[in-house]
Amino acid sequence: MDQFTINLLFVGGSFALYIGIAIWARAGSTSEFYAAGRGVHPVTNGMATAADWMSAASFISMAGLIAFTGYDNSTFLMGWTGGYVLLALLLAPYLRKFGKFTVSEFIGDRFYSQTARLVAVICLIVASVTYVIGQMTGVGVAFGRFLEVSNTAGLLIGACVVFAYAVFGGMKGVTYTQVAQYVVLITAYTIPAVFISLQLTGTPIPALGLFGETAGTGGEGSIYLLTKLDQIVTDLGFASYTEAHKDNLNMVLFTLSLMIGTAGLPHVIMRFFTVPKVSDARWSAGWALVFIALLYLTAPAVGAMARLNITNLMWPNGTNGDAVAVQTIETAPEYDWMLTWQKTGLLDWEDKNGDGLIQYYNDKSDAMSERAAANGWEGNELTNFNRDILVLANPEIANLPGWVIGLVAAGGLAAALSTAAGLLLAISSAVSHDLIKGAINPGISEKGELLSARIAMAVAIAVATWLGLNPPGFAAQTVALAFGLAAASIFPALMMGIFSKRINNVGAVAGMLSGLVFTLVYIFLHKGWFFVAGTNSFPDTVDGSLFGIQSTAIGAVGAIINFGVAYGVSTITKDTPQEIKDLVESVRIPSGAGTAVDH
Amino acid sequence: MAEQSTQARAAEDGAGYWKANLRLIIISLIIWALVSFGFGILLRPMLAGIAVGGTDLGFWFAQQGSILVFLALIFFYAWRMNKLDRQYGVEE
Repeated sequence: MDQFTINLLFVGGSFALYIGIAIWARAGSTSEFYAAGRGVHPVTNGMATAADWMSAASFISMAGLIAFTGYDNSTFLMGWTGGYVLLALLLAPYLRKFGKFTVSEFIGDRFYSQTARLVAVICLIVASVTYVIGQMTGVGVAFGRFLEVSNTAGLLIGACVVFAYAVFGGMKGVTYTQVAQYVVLITAYTIPAVFISLQLTGTPIPALGLFGETAGTGGEGSIYLLTKLDQIVTDLGFASYTEAHKDNLNMVLFTLSLMIGTAGLPHVIMRFFTVPKVSDARWSAGWALVFIALLYLTAPAVGAMARLNITNLMWPNGTNGDAVAVQTIETAPEYDWMLTWQKTGLLDWEDKNGDGLIQYYNDKSDAMSERAAANGWEGNELTNFNRDILVLANPEIANLPGWVIGLVAAGGLAAALSTAAGLLLAISSAVSHDLIKGAINPGISEKGELLSARIAMAVAIAVATWLGLNPPGFAAQTVALAFGLAAASIFPALMMGIFSKRINNVGAVAGMLSGLVFTLVYIFLHKGWFFVAGTNSFPDTVDGSLFGIQSTAIGAVGAIINFGVAYGVSTITKDTPQEIKDLVESVRIPSGAGTAVDH
Repeated sequence: MAEQSTQARAAEDGAGYWKANLRLIIISLIIWALVSFGFGILLRPMLAGIAVGGTDLGFWFAQQGSILVFLALIFFYAWRMNKLDRQYGVEE
């Protein structure tokens, strides 16, 4: 059986499973469509949250970004897990106590303002659509590879599949499907990592292998994996793996953006509405992080080990010997992955100096220019290595059996699909429940509401696919922008709504708008207006940026602005009415939660 | 009369409960910031002397340690809060 057939079997089999579960648990009423009837156990809910949460960004993209940058991209690891602490301590139990279905309902009620609710809906839609763009980037990579078509074709096929899938059922179908997806994606992520860790370090646990010694080869003796990695990458003129190369300000702001963004994303928060009790909401956040940590503790090992394997493949005779020959790449079985990935347009090489060898090195490094001149090298010849392919290509790079490769393809698609479905659900409920039913046409029938929910999904995915053809960054970077937007707009409003009785309707609206507009404009100034390439006014680098802060890290500043403006405006406007102070009091105390009510 | 004093007591208890909760949150968030922004980023140079598997402790905190501490924090908070809920009689 060839690899294509194996991939098809794994991907097809896993899809059949999800769709089967979705049909089995099909949503009947609107309340089931949104919040799964509130009968979900914290562990089950944690697992579903983990699947919902770990998207193409975590599964497909993140380890690749860590692999090629090293320590500096630890920000993704800390940021995307640390947010759960904020969620568990500052939001989840109180929002569950409040007992409504959507985030914007809370904001609308707490700030006793239809305008606040609408602004929240707009913030949610902006953040979620940006998030879906990142997912579509990942979906394109995964479908492109496993169907062996170009990235663009993969993206278009993927968009159709995601749409069909998300329309199928509401949250109830999605909750159990997502448990299945979690199992598929974590198995797919861990198995190749265990194999590779065994190959390189002799330890079956990748997280330990990362800090372990490499299995001694020949008379070399053993040496720490990270020491060896530092050695070979600096030999080739690249920045060392373990040292810091980014300024502290950007690292801190970026990590903070991801953390508070996590706690402000509608599709994650919605999960905590579905547990039976307030105490369950606290445990749920913990269980979600347990299941997320299984992947996040493995990811840095995957990155480091893949970087080592790739470098060794490109320099089979050591970094001081001869580079790999073009002929070897084209004929030797362990280089097959390069040929298959070349078809997607995401990996490429070119023998610039015509010596029949492919030299992979950092041609921008001064230290390398001497060696390059002496050997007649004319620049780095591994001309394109898209970071987003690393995890999917990883089992092939390590020469693992065909079924592992098929499993990883299925896992990557599960990750992208589950998150895209969760987000589309959040977008559709924001549009149909909050925007149409809540503001434009309160008398809409249940049927009309479901229909508008589905139309909203279709529009969202069309926009995301169109923008996904020219994404503003690698999957994880685009997703990071979405987190910045959620951090700047939603999180501060939710937190102030619970922890302060003084913040009033005008303050909250002014805060959310200033946070969102500031962050969005700053991102557009660096990434291009509406992410259209070439329309940016500033280069998207630390040095070229407006305030010396990267566009991916600006969300934290937006959040601070939001807090400040909301507080300032609230102190000079009318105090909150007594019933709102009572509402805040009641949200703070778990007793009397009962089941949530729709209105 | 009796009802009033019960109400007053409930409000007092509510305030005490909220105060205890805030204290727990602040302590937890200090630890949260210390392991990630502190040990993982800003204080890393200070920990550079402590070697861990081919690198230093700061690198370990940035890539693994902080995640493990986050986990412990959430479970600790859930456990303490559920205890506080019962102590102040505000559990469901």
